Amino acid sequence: MPHPARGATAITGLGITPMGRIFGKSATELAADAVREAIQDSGLKKSEIDGLLINAGITGSTGHGINLSLQNYLGLQDLRLLNHMNAAGSTAAQMVQYASLAIAAGMATNVVCVFADAPLVEGKSTGAAYGGPARPSRPKGMAALYAHAGFYGANTSYALATRRHMDLYGTNHDQLGAVAVAERAWATMNPRAQMREPMTLADYHASRWIIEPLHLLDCCLVSNGAVAVIVSAADRAADLAQPPVYVWGMGQGHPGDPLRAGSNWETESGAKIAAQTAFGMAGLGPQDITCCELYDCYTYTVVVTLEDYGFCKKGEGGPFVQDGKLGPGGSLPTNTGGGELSGYYMWGMTPLSEAVIQGRGQGGERQVKNDAILCTGNGGTLSYHGALILSPHRS
Amino acid sequence: MAEDAATRPLPEADEASKPFFDGAMLGKLMLMKCADCGAMRIPSRQHCDVCLSANTDWVEASGRGVVRTFGVMHRQYHPAFTVPYNLAFVELEEGPRIVTNIVGIGDADIRVGMPVVVDWERHEDVAVPNFRPA
Ligand SMILES: [Zn+2]
Repeated sequence: MPHPARGATAITGLGITPMGRIFGKSATELAADAVREAIQDSGLKKSEIDGLLINAGITGSTGHGINLSLQNYLGLQDLRLLNHMNAAGSTAAQMVQYASLAIAAGMATNVVCVFADAPLVEGKSTGAAYGGPARPSRPKGMAALYAHAGFYGANTSYALATRRHMDLYGTNHDQLGAVAVAERAWATMNPRAQMREPMTLADYHASRWIIEPLHLLDCCLVSNGAVAVIVSAADRAADLAQPPVYVWGMGQGHPGDPLRAGSNWETESGAKIAAQTAFGMAGLGPQDITCCELYDCYTYTVVVTLEDYGFCKKGEGGPFVQDGKLGPGGSLPTNTGGGELSGYYMWGMTPLSEAVIQGRGQGGERQVKNDAILCTGNGGTLSYHGALILSPHRS
Repeated sequence: MAEDAATRPLPEADEASKPFFDGAMLGKLMLMKCADCGAMRIPSRQHCDVCLSANTDWVEASGRGVVRTFGVMHRQYHPAFTVPYNLAFVELEEGPRIVTNIVGIGDADIRVGMPVVVDWERHEDVAVPNFRPA
């Protein structure tokens, strides 16, 4: 007896703006472009949209991110579902989950989920966008220990997580580099990708340190842009313009405070918990997954995520990815659009947008054969995790 | 380290963290201990993260721990930091972890699991806990 939620909803619309150093549009304007494109893409009428879920990226912490006022900007009236959500990089997967739950409960029928970000400023470096605000000379309280130690954002915390995995399990830079090289190989086939120049393992090793053990090419891009998807009931999806991409499984996992005694935050992510729920709903296991679209803020995130979903044992992620199986022609095609490392960085919308493209069979020369796609979102430092299992098949 | 540290952003106690920074000036590494369940935590949240009790004692930690993990920063975000420099999480003997810099050792010689002991960086009105090999 299949789980009642399996295949009950589908992704029916997709809108993606140009990505990267795109200037001259606010996050709200980028969001509107993506939503317009998603509605046109789906074949729905704008008046059929009755739900809107909103996720601001890093721009959300500057006061210039998209927020509830987007409803009015988009001229959406009499919505039955509206929220401004933030569970960091896991939000995109979560928006699809909450949209699916609302649709299954009869609260809404066609829900737009939109992410928009515009952290890049013309004339300023990419690195400045995520470095955090300027430090006061006398920061207050215990948090000041981070400022005093010279701790700067996600690059720092992911470097620390990566280091512990390397130390415990012998994971090395040839293995982390294999992730970056595989994703770049995919990106060369994605016209939307920001980094399409071919890249070798030697290029990876030669890239400068950001914070050891992370090279520049271990780290994701930063992008201005927006992505919108539309979630609809499976019955409605069958009549629309695009091949539906059905939601087979959903799960979340959020392990908690990394500073507490006993936490293994560096090497065990929320994916461990999410995997149980999502695979359980879909009635599948890792052996059934034909393609992965994984949140890849850093190369290491891919390694630890594959372990936590059970594609290999804990600690064996390095050797698992080293043979090139994630790249074109490999046995586990992963991040087939180039991911966040070489494609574009739209938080969880990067893996989700590529999962929709692959699920529809619209990947062009990078299209892989698909029955079940694992699509993940990850936020904080391996702190927040959202999982979707998607399929071109309704059942 | 001491030279550039003088111009790094120096912490200033707020009301919640005052016992920690008062202890630091006396060379004592202070933790919060739940008065109900005994769980230890890094200051300065008011509730125990195990049982949610708000009854708290401040206790002096041993100052000993091990390097939980570390990194070596090569990107300069702030003029007071000379790159490369290390930063680390130290797992205290009592269990909780604290962010710090490892001193008294070259960055290339730091190892995960290395025993360390607190080494106070003293300034006129504040002291900051660095750690050095034990
Ligand atoms: Zn307690």
